[in-house]
Amino acid sequence: MSCSSPTIAITLDRVSKVYPGGHVAVRDVTLNIQTGEVLVLVGTSGSGKTTTMKMINRLVEPTSGSIRVGGEDISKINPIQLRRSIGYVIQEIGLFPHMTVAKNIALVPSLKGWPKPRQNERVAELLELVGLPPDQYAKKHPHQLSGGQKQRVGVARALAGDPDILLMDEPFGALDPITRGQLHEEFLKLQRRLRKTIVFVTHDMLEAIRLAERIAVMDGGVLEQVGTPREVLAHPATRRVADLVGADATLKLLGLCTVEQALEALGAESPDALGPVIRSGDSLKDALLTMVACGRASLPVVNVDGTLRGRVTLQGLQTALAGQEKDRRPQGAARGQGTHA
Amino acid sequence: MGVLSYMAEHPGHILALTRAHLWISLLATGIGTVLSIPLGVLVHRVPATRAPALALVNAGQTIPSLALLGLMLPVFGIGFTSALLAITARALLPILLNTYAGLLSIPRSTIEAARGMGMTDPQILWRVEFPLALPVILAGIRTALVISIGVATLAAYIGAGGLGDLIFQGIAMVDAPLLLAGAIPTAILAFAADGLVGWIERRLMRPMTSG
Repeated sequence: MSCSSPTIAITLDRVSKVYPGGHVAVRDVTLNIQTGEVLVLVGTSGSGKTTTMKMINRLVEPTSGSIRVGGEDISKINPIQLRRSIGYVIQEIGLFPHMTVAKNIALVPSLKGWPKPRQNERVAELLELVGLPPDQYAKKHPHQLSGGQKQRVGVARALAGDPDILLMDEPFGALDPITRGQLHEEFLKLQRRLRKTIVFVTHDMLEAIRLAERIAVMDGGVLEQVGTPREVLAHPATRRVADLVGADATLKLLGLCTVEQALEALGAESPDALGPVIRSGDSLKDALLTMVACGRASLPVVNVDGTLRGRVTLQGLQTALAGQEKDRRPQGAARGQGTHA
Repeated sequence: MGVLSYMAEHPGHILALTRAHLWISLLATGIGTVLSIPLGVLVHRVPATRAPALALVNAGQTIPSLALLGLMLPVFGIGFTSALLAITARALLPILLNTYAGLLSIPRSTIEAARGMGMTDPQILWRVEFPLALPVILAGIRTALVISIGVATLAAYIGAGGLGDLIFQGIAMVDAPLLLAGAIPTAILAFAADGLVGWIERRLMRPMTSG
């Protein structure tokens, strides 16, 4: 795994998909996806995001244009072999209800003809990885799992053949917000370890902002903008992107950071012991709202146990906003293709 | 009771008739299964085949069995073959319809997940679609078997034997005990077949539904 200069894992070159009735699902999309990055395709339903993703593993064949994976034109790769080399996660229903968790996970290895002991080893290893003890979960059937557990199994299954690329189609869409948040955390943690190239489809801009290194916004089959979450939030390229981002882009950005990230040492003045305080684990969005609510430009920051940590200021919020991008980005990543004519 | 004494006096005869009855019913259901499942897959895969295939099996279902037997006679003559084919014709529809319905009930996303993971079409059919549709297909086989056991009583009419022998003799001789000696084992066979296949169905469903 090279962490140095970014290489291109997937290239879409002027790809279009027109259905027999004349409906244009995807129009002239050009996009480079870098090795080891999380690229989130975001858009409303009918925006062409899912179709774009499905063209990468040839579940959908493009009408024109070409797609290269690892430098190879995929129209020249056997689709069965291609799909076995790319992990695929969809909503929880994609688990096979008649197979145990272990069988579900071992599916691609068994298709690839791995010997049985190696399959079992891999199942145990992956269940550990996604936080489900194998002795408890391997023999269960999908209906015995919660939504979040199913989704973990779905991720484990996609990783089973050790693919370099993962395609994820709204994998967390059917989950309650709390489970979803947990899985987002785990997703990011896992990705820091594994550094897979991930193409992630969602209609939820907030999810995109949380998970993406780069966001590709689609609308009406057209790629409207590609950029880091901060770029997209701060400088939406088109009216449609601005609509998708919403009027509260700055708040969304602040919601992404914790007070910890804007923590400053206490100034000369001693903090007002009776005034409002904010906890270091709260989001900067909470900090801003509290400041606005009580008309202050700074707030004392306390630990969970109530001891004083420092302070957070309006100025600090602005700096944190500006600095957020640098923290999230792997260095040296190239810009996206930007907008499309 | 006349029935019981008749049965007690001729256990070997009744057993032989029951065995013949069961054999022709099972054979008809078996042939029906072997024909209908591939046809059901075809109907599911190729929409254009749906109307003609359904028309065909519907004909087998709606033409009265007695008439069907009559139609078979000139071609296959008196006896086992004609009866077997007439019964088989009745077994086709439930199995075909249930195979089709079972395949149709599988969510598209499940199939797409399978395809997206790199399964070939035959692998998807054998490892995903059949196992998931199996309980519904079995329900069709169960219906077909119960129908076959009922229809098989008519086989006696063209000399193919079975418990229908006793029933027709009973009717001809206005001998109720004789008639019942054929009818009661037939009913017991039908119930037993229904119960047994139903039990297998539930066994297969268990891993998918209960804790």
